[in-house]
Amino acid sequence: MSGASVGPRGETPVPAPVPETAPTPLVVDDGELVRGRIGVSAPRPDGTLKVEGAFAYASDLWAEGMLWGVTLRSPHPRARILTIDTSPAVAMAGVHAVLTHADVPGRKTYGLEHPDQPVLAWEDVRYEGEAVAIVAADHPETARRAARSIVVEYEVLEPVVDAEWAMTDEAPRLHPSGNLLRHVPIRRGDPDATGDVVVRGTYEVGMQDQAFLGPESGLAVPDDEGGVDLYIATQWLHVDREQVAASLDLPPEKVRLTLSGVGGAFGGREDVSMQIHSCLLALRTRRPVKMVYSREESFFGHVHRHPARLEYEHHATRDGRLVAVRARIVLDGGAYASSSTAVCSNAACFAVGPYAVANCHIDAYVVYTDNPPCGAMRGFGAVQACFAYESQMDRLAAALGMDPIDLRLRNAMATGDELPTGQRVAGPAPVAELLERLRAMPLPPPAMEGPRDVRELPGGVSNATHGEGVRRGVGYAVGCKNIGFSEGFDDYSTAHVRLQIAAGTPQADVHTAAAEVGQGLVTILGQIARTELGVDDAVVVPSDTTVGSAGSSSASRQTWMTGGAVKMACEAVRADVFSRVAERFGRDPTQLLLRDGRVVDASGAPIVALAELLGDDVVEATAEHHHRPTFPLDPETGQGDAHVAFAFAAHRAVVDVDVELGLVRVVEIATAQDVGKALNPQAVEGQIEGGIAQGLGLALMEEIQVRNGLVRNPSFTDYLIPTVLDMPPVRIDVLELGDPDGPYGVKGVGEPPTISSTPAVVAAVRAASGRPLTRVPVRPDDLVDPALLEGSR
Amino acid sequence: MQFIRPTTWSEALQAKADHPEAWPVAGGTDVLVELNFDRRRPEAVLDLSSVGELRPWTREDDHVRLGAGTTYTDVLRDLPDLLPGLTVASRGVGSPQIRNRGTVAGNLGSASPAGDAHPPLLASGAEVEVASVRGPRRIAIDDFYLGVKRNALEPDELIAAIRVPVAPGPQQYAKIGTRNAMVIAVCSFAVALDPVRRRVGTGIGSAAPTPRRAVEAEGFLTERLDGRGLWEGTGPLDEETLTRFGALVAAAAQPIDDVRGTAAYRRHALSVLARRTLTWCWDDLRARREAA
Ligand SMILES: Cc1cc2nc3c(=O)[nH]c(=O)nc-3n(C[C@H](O)[C@H](O)[C@H](O)COP(=O)(O)OP(=O)(O)OC[C@H]3O[C@@H](n4cnc5c(N)ncnc54)[C@H](O)[C@@H]3O)c2cc1C
Repeated sequence: MSGASVGPRGETPVPAPVPETAPTPLVVDDGELVRGRIGVSAPRPDGTLKVEGAFAYASDLWAEGMLWGVTLRSPHPRARILTIDTSPAVAMAGVHAVLTHADVPGRKTYGLEHPDQPVLAWEDVRYEGEAVAIVAADHPETARRAARSIVVEYEVLEPVVDAEWAMTDEAPRLHPSGNLLRHVPIRRGDPDATGDVVVRGTYEVGMQDQAFLGPESGLAVPDDEGGVDLYIATQWLHVDREQVAASLDLPPEKVRLTLSGVGGAFGGREDVSMQIHSCLLALRTRRPVKMVYSREESFFGHVHRHPARLEYEHHATRDGRLVAVRARIVLDGGAYASSSTAVCSNAACFAVGPYAVANCHIDAYVVYTDNPPCGAMRGFGAVQACFAYESQMDRLAAALGMDPIDLRLRNAMATGDELPTGQRVAGPAPVAELLERLRAMPLPPPAMEGPRDVRELPGGVSNATHGEGVRRGVGYAVGCKNIGFSEGFDDYSTAHVRLQIAAGTPQADVHTAAAEVGQGLVTILGQIARTELGVDDAVVVPSDTTVGSAGSSSASRQTWMTGGAVKMACEAVRADVFSRVAERFGRDPTQLLLRDGRVVDASGAPIVALAELLGDDVVEATAEHHHRPTFPLDPETGQGDAHVAFAFAAHRAVVDVDVELGLVRVVEIATAQDVGKALNPQAVEGQIEGGIAQGLGLALMEEIQVRNGLVRNPSFTDYLIPTVLDMPPVRIDVLELGDPDGPYGVKGVGEPPTISSTPAVVAAVRAASGRPLTRVPVRPDDLVDPALLEGSR
Repeated sequence: MQFIRPTTWSEALQAKADHPEAWPVAGGTDVLVELNFDRRRPEAVLDLSSVGELRPWTREDDHVRLGAGTTYTDVLRDLPDLLPGLTVASRGVGSPQIRNRGTVAGNLGSASPAGDAHPPLLASGAEVEVASVRGPRRIAIDDFYLGVKRNALEPDELIAAIRVPVAPGPQQYAKIGTRNAMVIAVCSFAVALDPVRRRVGTGIGSAAPTPRRAVEAEGFLTERLDGRGLWEGTGPLDEETLTRFGALVAAAAQPIDDVRGTAAYRRHALSVLARRTLTWCWDDLRARREAA
């Protein structure tokens, strides 16, 4: 047996070769598909199970003798806890433990970037739904009753719910550090630069939810030595482990995490939810403890997308060249920090979008309030900014009397241009090409005369129109975002690959801690191993913390980072195999290839079968893949090379709007996106369509409505996400321009579809309705002639 | 919690008499939500799904008698010609799964102001057939809704059936939802024209504490159609008539601002829906006349 370890932490990884940009064949023969090398739409290993409803999600976990954990949450957005009386719950038959903050043995707070959130609240509660006590009982119903019987005496305080106001001196301090969580200023060029034409606008983005279908759940199983195993649906096992271990006061190796079936994440599982709670209960009761949030609880159990208010001023020359952009962005971070500081920096870095602007004056703020905590969600700060700057670009085009695409083309960023942070965009930045491609795509045919199926009309099966009041509109938007973690974070992923002979055939086992959250990473990692090792049989084994960290399944980074780690580990395994061939057959190891389970020479002539070469040996290697270093932003000027790489996508939306009722039917969305390299074209399309659905949702319906700190719609009855009748066909043009830094030239795919789809839909609705629409989601009220509404008051 | 599962109607009535606190469950699409959200903890549940007598619908002269077990899917499949208003409303209920299980009687049992079945039943002058061990009685649909999610059933009574007149003329229904399927009505409206008896029926949903008719709008339109001899003609309705009708429908509503929409929008939307649905019905009537 032999092992190799390459790319230790901190070492610059071997740069990936710039891949050839030949288009990926979409049609492949069955053999190729089954073998599933990169570049083909290999089927998901978990696909059939999921479609048949047989896939085990975290909520399906079960252990002999397990107890059920339940959380008691604060009904108040801001209050002081005076007393907590758990005795009624403790006295209840079937209850095994009732814990409060006093029972947290280690660090009493947690958090992704700043551990400011109480594991269980003491003294203060800062948002509706904050966890105060936890209960384990032998039946979930008993646990719920027990939790309800706990008497918490609160001194209710007036919640701080306005982010602007929270920043002022008048507002009570919600945290010792004050209410301003982070301010990111960016100063570039001449602060006083002005243009011939100026447009101003103030925009708002409502609070979107990730709305993943599998609620938070996990199972904690204590061992006999004071340690614990946690089976959990999460996005990043190792960062969960760090936080769980800190609060349990255990060394990390006594806290072992295994990924359970994840029913969607979208950023909402980056923060800890029930991880610490279930482990506390398990260690206290010495029994396995399962926790599953209900749908309603889930709305209180994870962070949301930051609501934002964005004030913009765009200056341009008369011929449409951007001279200066000034922006002031205020993000409502809610009660706790989560990843707010990074979201804030993203909003600032991408505040002007994929345009080259010489003079920028940007201030982004993220603020503590008593609203629900906000954090990561697909698009991560770039979404809010994109809605504002793309709305501004349309406004500017109108003011200049220019075609909106021409205006964008005139200012489109290209490779070598700089962001407002001064960072040069080194990789492909095909902004103009994406827009030109969109423009060239045919439009869907105009609505037909005569009776139509109501499902094609605004209102759908509600039968609100048979064509009356319906106007068509077309809108465009383009956006960009960083891939991977930024601002100096040493982001890496670890992979362990074993090559062995099983039942006479070579098999590769791929082991990482990366979270499959529905995006299809399990498929991709297998494809990479098959490709690199020339085997048909590659098994992606369950993710857990017995292997090094893979980093988070977020920031569109996992194919790049963990895919890259698997590729490196396979390369090390391959090198080991070749050195054996060199030794045994006297061959030049640099002139060998692995193909179809055999070692062949450069001409393809077989030398030895792997089965024969390896026998009972296992060849294995662990690799760590780091991306190239990034740097912090200068705290005063916001200058710095903070990001690794950038992804771009553009969208065109065609909508029908019933302008009398303010209802919308999106007819078609067209998109062009550079994915670097489509390792699995079908998975790429899935990401693009799913991301667009989420962007459409933000444009038209998705909002957690919060009033005075209280959530008004914590259920799918009133938190609406698009149905199949809301989501139109998507016309996809995938570009594969090959990123010089990504393995195989890949680029993140997951987030860009969510970013500019929202402003594209809104632009189309604006075009159809003539209404200004400065807030998303757009409500019917915003679309109807205000005079008519006034008359109905 | 006790689970009672009668298999015959008389058993069901007896069970309800013995356990007036028992909560009937038909398709369960409202009941299960209430239970799962822990909003209600009934001591007993009375499952009606095995009572065979409740299942079918039958035609009795100029009425359709919808057994309490009739689902939206049943309506959609069997009754588009006899009960067109209820059929349009059924198409917009929930998803296929909900339409397969959910019953029209369950909608009445819940008596939510947003229930989609109510406006067409109001517009077509339906009757609710209820029964107890004390005997059956009929409740005019107008008298059935008493308040927000309250209906006229006595504690020992069950809904046996809903009697809906076979449509004597065109009927329409439209609702507002902020997505294109699977949505609770922000507001809704049904209209039914009876060219035989020269009557106009209406029903408003989700814009008052209970579903209700727009009585003045009905009166206005009936008078207008009679007074101008429009029932006989084949011409379109004039703009003024439509506008007035819409305004009277909106005036009959008593909406509130809530998480689904504003009162002002609801009133405005009702006036638009009223004009549109009336136009569709009227055009349909004209087409029938021209064909005749
Ligand atoms: C996802 C989802 C989507 C939905 N969408 C819609 C929608 O678009 N439009 C809409 O109107 N509704 C909708 N609903 C609500 C529900 O489906 C309807 O109200 C349906 O008509 C209820 O019928 P049911 O047979 O399931 O009633 P159940 O849930 O079984 O019962 C409802 C009520 O009626 C009572 N009841 C039932 N039968 C009798 C009887 N024979 N005698 C006396 N009382 C009785 C029950 O005690 C209970 O109070 C939706 C529900 C869900 C879960």
